[in-house]
Amino acid sequence: MRALPALIALALAIPAPLAAQDSLPPAPYAYNQLEDPELEEQARELMLTLRCLKCQSQSIADSDAPMAGDMRHQVRTRLAAGETPDEIRTWLVERYGDYVSYEPRVTASTWPLFVIPVVLLLIAGLIIRGRLTRKVQPQEGAE
Amino acid sequence: MIAEFGLVALWFAAALAGLQLFAGFLGLREGGEGIAVLARPAALVQALLCGLSFLMLLWLFARTDLSVALVANNSHSAKPMIFKLSGAWGNHEGSMLLWVTVMALAGGLIAFIERRLPERTMLATLGAQAFVALGFYAFLLFASNPFERLAVAPAEGNGLNPLLQDIGLAFHPPTLYFGYVGLSVAFSFVVGALLTRQVTPEFARVMRPWVLGAWVLLTLGIAAGSYWAYYELGWGGWWFWDPVENASLMPWLAATALLHSVSVLAARDALRAWTVMLGVIAFSMSMVGTFLVRSGILTSVHAFAVDPERGSFILALLALNIGGALAIFATRASTVAEGERFSILSREGGLVINNVALSAILGIVLLGTLYPLLTEAFDVRVSVGPPYFNPVGAIFLFPMLLALAIGPLLRWRQDSFARIRRPVIALAVTGVVAVIALWAITGIGILPLLGLALALMVAIGSVLPLRGRSLRRLPLSVWGMVIAHLGVAVTLFGMASDTAFQKERLVAVNVGDVVEVGPWSAQLEAVSPVAGPNWTAIEARLSLRYEGTEVAMANPQARSFWSPPTETSEVALTTRWNGQLYTALGNQAEDGRWQLRLWWKPFVTWIWYGGLLIGLGGVLALLGRVSGDIRRRVADRKIADRRADEAELAAETAS
Repeated sequence: MRALPALIALALAIPAPLAAQDSLPPAPYAYNQLEDPELEEQARELMLTLRCLKCQSQSIADSDAPMAGDMRHQVRTRLAAGETPDEIRTWLVERYGDYVSYEPRVTASTWPLFVIPVVLLLIAGLIIRGRLTRKVQPQEGAE
Repeated sequence: MIAEFGLVALWFAAALAGLQLFAGFLGLREGGEGIAVLARPAALVQALLCGLSFLMLLWLFARTDLSVALVANNSHSAKPMIFKLSGAWGNHEGSMLLWVTVMALAGGLIAFIERRLPERTMLATLGAQAFVALGFYAFLLFASNPFERLAVAPAEGNGLNPLLQDIGLAFHPPTLYFGYVGLSVAFSFVVGALLTRQVTPEFARVMRPWVLGAWVLLTLGIAAGSYWAYYELGWGGWWFWDPVENASLMPWLAATALLHSVSVLAARDALRAWTVMLGVIAFSMSMVGTFLVRSGILTSVHAFAVDPERGSFILALLALNIGGALAIFATRASTVAEGERFSILSREGGLVINNVALSAILGIVLLGTLYPLLTEAFDVRVSVGPPYFNPVGAIFLFPMLLALAIGPLLRWRQDSFARIRRPVIALAVTGVVAVIALWAITGIGILPLLGLALALMVAIGSVLPLRGRSLRRLPLSVWGMVIAHLGVAVTLFGMASDTAFQKERLVAVNVGDVVEVGPWSAQLEAVSPVAGPNWTAIEARLSLRYEGTEVAMANPQARSFWSPPTETSEVALTTRWNGQLYTALGNQAEDGRWQLRLWWKPFVTWIWYGGLLIGLGGVLALLGRVSGDIRRRVADRKIADRRADEAELAAETAS
């Protein structure tokens, strides 16, 4: 089973067909917007939450990389064809893995991301409540 | 010889840090007075030597001495002088040397001027400072020697990434470093106070200027970094929740919390343990930030695992410093009493909310930054980005902003709701009306909507403490608070407006075509080649109209640097009081049309105006505190002089 992580890594490293088009001119919707402002708004919101896989910490909405352009084209054409943003996200995650989405899902490996803030909220509440119930006693002579 | 001279100076400085360490800690023992007197001079001479070492590095870069590996790797004889010099710290080794130098200068300064604390506490502080510094000296001398020579000098240097040849970026990292070092000084004071059981208001007053100064620099550094990303990356984003940004945000969050809790300790002798804890956390976050940026772990966890020398070194220093401080804290916690009590409806109560919320936000940023690195080590790659940080952070940020709007109206120790009822009700009504009006008129997202409403409330709340007070006699530190809080409102307003109302146009146009975006229209007049000292570019000439009247030209460029070959997008920013038009030029399409990207970003500049206001508030508070200290010191000296005179007179008359 030791080969499994290596296989996954290899699968991720194989250039997907989208990325293979670096030398070609950018796809039509890489640098052009959709006609329908509402769809374009949805496209923009979705693109801001998708990671450019070839950049360091940039969304595909913020990148000049050819692959980001191709992914923008995919997002726009699929939205125009009637898919919902969630369907497109799911499709991209199936294709590239969770890494492509900046919006982490609750899974076996990501649950601490969601549990810890709740714990923090509880702790914060407890600290503040602790302060709330402890009243000052001005009568005490030890001031 | 220059490089060798610099290296020797660095070794001597390290040796003096060793002496300072022994003098500080051995001097604490009984009968240690003999060695204790060495601590302050050691700190001073160390500062001079370290400064000398850094000057040598600057000189090497100014001369472009290519026999030194660092210069050959990072400089180029054709670069403008300012970028040659900034190249000295625009790399790993040089920036660590700068860090140590600033740290040594800060240590020298406190050794020279600080006389308010008990001498034992000062000795322990200087010892702790030397301990931290020694770790960094070891790191420099054993793992990142900036003065290393090459066996054969190359004919020409490797240049510097043109993305980094930018005046803003030349001064951005040092600003953050100075901030980190300020927090290291605060950390040393905390350790000193803990060791000698002197967590007192006086200790807080001595530490406060360092925390304030560090916080101002971190604030300005983050604001500058954000503006740099905004105009340099070419897509109009100003915050990406990138791990490198988070690395600078985390110390800022901790420093902000520390700044507020140290004020409580200074004014009211409360929150002692809390202040000490935050002092330790603030410096650990500086080191975590340094580790993230300097270890290479962000590029790839696996690359880091293959060559972990530097990262492990920083990690070991982090563990040693923070583990040590926490161990001291654990053994001393029982002797650091909680301090004065207070009711939740008091100034302290508001500041506790500030502290708790900032700490929680810090926890979330830390979690979201480190968690992907952790899973990557197990070959599970996840991304944590804006859709996570924004809402989860807001859960804590928004209540804290409410506390910010009301807290400064409260009195210390205990207050009654009846006294502040009118302003609080006015604020609440303003907030509710703003939310309903924005929701009804604009239909924007929930986060920017609440952000705009809270910005309004915070803006009003921040100036309310001025009510009924004589503005001319108001202490500078109160002005500082008011202006910094107003800055928070301004920044928040800028962020929320840009998020909610920005307009985007991505188009391919021919020369002569007109593009509309928001209230603007832009006509592409010409596209022509231009050349600079080390680049060539294609430049677009756009004539801009705002609501129909001709206002300006914009000339965005697509630049190609040739050493090393890099393409960058030089955007054109057209600023009005109510926002910025952001234009960028892309490539030429096959049919000969040019790609243009235009954004109308309403009030986006307010993000950085607010950052400047926050920094200005910090500077005013710092000036107020320091001038107060100086005045007190002068008065004390006059009293001492008069006493001496009187004693002399008495002695004369007696004889």
